Amino acid sequence: MDAAPNPSDELVIAGRQFGSRLFLGTGKFPSNQALAAAIDHSGTEIVTVALRRIDPTATDDILDAIPDQVLLLTNTSGALDAGEAVRLARLARAAGLPEWIKLEITPDPRYLLPDPVETLRAAEQLCGEGFTVLPYCSADPVLCKHLEEAGCATVMPLGSWIGSNQGLRTKAALEIIVEQATVPVVVDAGIGAPSHASEAMEMGAAAVLVNTAIGTAADPAAMARAFRLAVEAGRTGWRAGLPAAGRVAAASSPLTGFLS
Amino acid sequence: MTATPVVLESRPERVPEGTAAAVVAATDIRRLRSIVDQAAAADVDRALGRGRRTLEDFAVLLSPAAAARLEDLAGVARDISRARFGATVRLFAPLYVSNECVSTCTYCGFSAGNDIARRTLSVPEVKAEAGELNRRGFRHLLLVSGEHARIVSKEYLEACVRAVADSFAQVSVEVQVWDTDTYRRLAAAGCDGVVVYQESYDTGTYGAVHLKGKKRNYAWRLAAPDRAAEAGMRRLGIGTLLGLHPDWRSEALALACHAQALIKKWWRCEVQVALPRLRPAAGGYEPQDPVSDQALTQLLCALRIFLPDVGVSLSTREPAWLRDGLVPLGVTLMSAGSHTEPGGYAEVSAAEPQFSVSDTRSPAEVAAALRAAGYDPVWKDWQRA
Repeated sequence: MDAAPNPSDELVIAGRQFGSRLFLGTGKFPSNQALAAAIDHSGTEIVTVALRRIDPTATDDILDAIPDQVLLLTNTSGALDAGEAVRLARLARAAGLPEWIKLEITPDPRYLLPDPVETLRAAEQLCGEGFTVLPYCSADPVLCKHLEEAGCATVMPLGSWIGSNQGLRTKAALEIIVEQATVPVVVDAGIGAPSHASEAMEMGAAAVLVNTAIGTAADPAAMARAFRLAVEAGRTGWRAGLPAAGRVAAASSPLTGFLS
Repeated sequence: MTATPVVLESRPERVPEGTAAAVVAATDIRRLRSIVDQAAAADVDRALGRGRRTLEDFAVLLSPAAAARLEDLAGVARDISRARFGATVRLFAPLYVSNECVSTCTYCGFSAGNDIARRTLSVPEVKAEAGELNRRGFRHLLLVSGEHARIVSKEYLEACVRAVADSFAQVSVEVQVWDTDTYRRLAAAGCDGVVVYQESYDTGTYGAVHLKGKKRNYAWRLAAPDRAAEAGMRRLGIGTLLGLHPDWRSEALALACHAQALIKKWWRCEVQVALPRLRPAAGGYEPQDPVSDQALTQLLCALRIFLPDVGVSLSTREPAWLRDGLVPLGVTLMSAGSHTEPGGYAEVSAAEPQFSVSDTRSPAEVAAALRAAGYDPVWKDWQRA
């Protein structure tokens, strides 16, 4: 958790500073132009692209929509196991792409749930090879500690299934992950509305990753701006100290009477 | 084990990076202390009402504003304790194996300069003392000694652990701090936990009371729990000697920060915190700023509220009435019938105690008092696999 003090409140991942706490995925956009506009309106500084989508020979490649100042986070989407993910990461390195890898291993094609065993295995391998690894993972607090120990730069637990727009169905587990983490926690997947993003940030998440909700919006650029504001609002609220929602206990008989 | 091991021995004069000790060293305790001073009633409400609390909330709970709300703190602390630990208190016994010491520490009865009766138990004597504690019901044992690397050597400690490991479900040590390899040897011999009180987290106070000996190395001591955890110890005990430093609140902030950092870094370990207040001892040391019963109660409640899962130990340094009163508010570990001199359980010992005990009830009496208060005294809560 990257709690205060940090007056400028920049997000720091693997020693690199970011002003925005909104990561943007690049799938499902109607055009590269719509993607470029969404990147612009979101204020994002980290954009993730599936290696399988990149085609350096194309005239209108997806990379053309991504400004130079934005960090390209190549992801291993499509990998079914650790071996495939590691090979995809090495291909990205060989292609001269940044060595920051969003590790995604989703053998289940229906819900695209991350495979915890293969993800940890691949994370250990890739961290050992010098990659900066940001793993998409289950909202499992113990798995997140293992990933942290493997050397991952962040953990990226899911809020709910990819593309489901269901919000933070894993909230109770995410709270534990945020509480225990010593690396930034980026809530990934399932964030379907700006209010979901705010909720994650109010919980103390370091950042959120959003794709479907923006990419499939009627106006992706406007939705990107809405998420930008939501992330800032949630973060500001968390830093300001949210008011108590709980109760103050009122003991029926004095518990400190022994002191008098 | 960790895939990215931390090198802990390379710079014994500095706190190694990546350790819980490094988190403590990097934390601005003064900033947190200013939160204590500035906290108002509304801040206390907010801190009490939260589901999960930050170090800043803990600072608020230590404030004078929170002291005025002690009954509210106690209510929340009681509820959290019940929810996390139930109505149980684990009992353990300290077994002092030696009062030999080469360090000069102004507050300690064992201090090198003190003209006292010194004794080191032979391994058979340790086994006999442990056997007596076993007969009194104890299954959790804490081996304690002064700091003398030749007389209380790693080989000696290893032999002591081996001698008692079979008859105790859990064995911890509270001895001089060691390197990781020595902790590994002790773990292999059957030791499950290491207790290291930093005594004072304030480097100025630490230097002023530790005049001679290896214990003067603040950083090496601060990182000892990290080394123990790296070596595979399952339980880490830390504490600050309340009354050494004039400001108990800043000590409490550092202690809580250390506990939180250990919990995060060594997430497989059970972290326990002790809240010892200075007691009269040979050498005549008197704390300049004794910590009041009220303050101790507030600290316990704040700790329980901030770190719901942390074990809290309250020793026989404290009087019976206070120990009984504090149990519901978050105490989870208690010693009973303790002797703080080498020997004393199986036979009368002439050796000097480390400090005088205040709660002189027998283990059976302490257990009976717990039962009368609706608590289950737990003698065994671990099984070595």
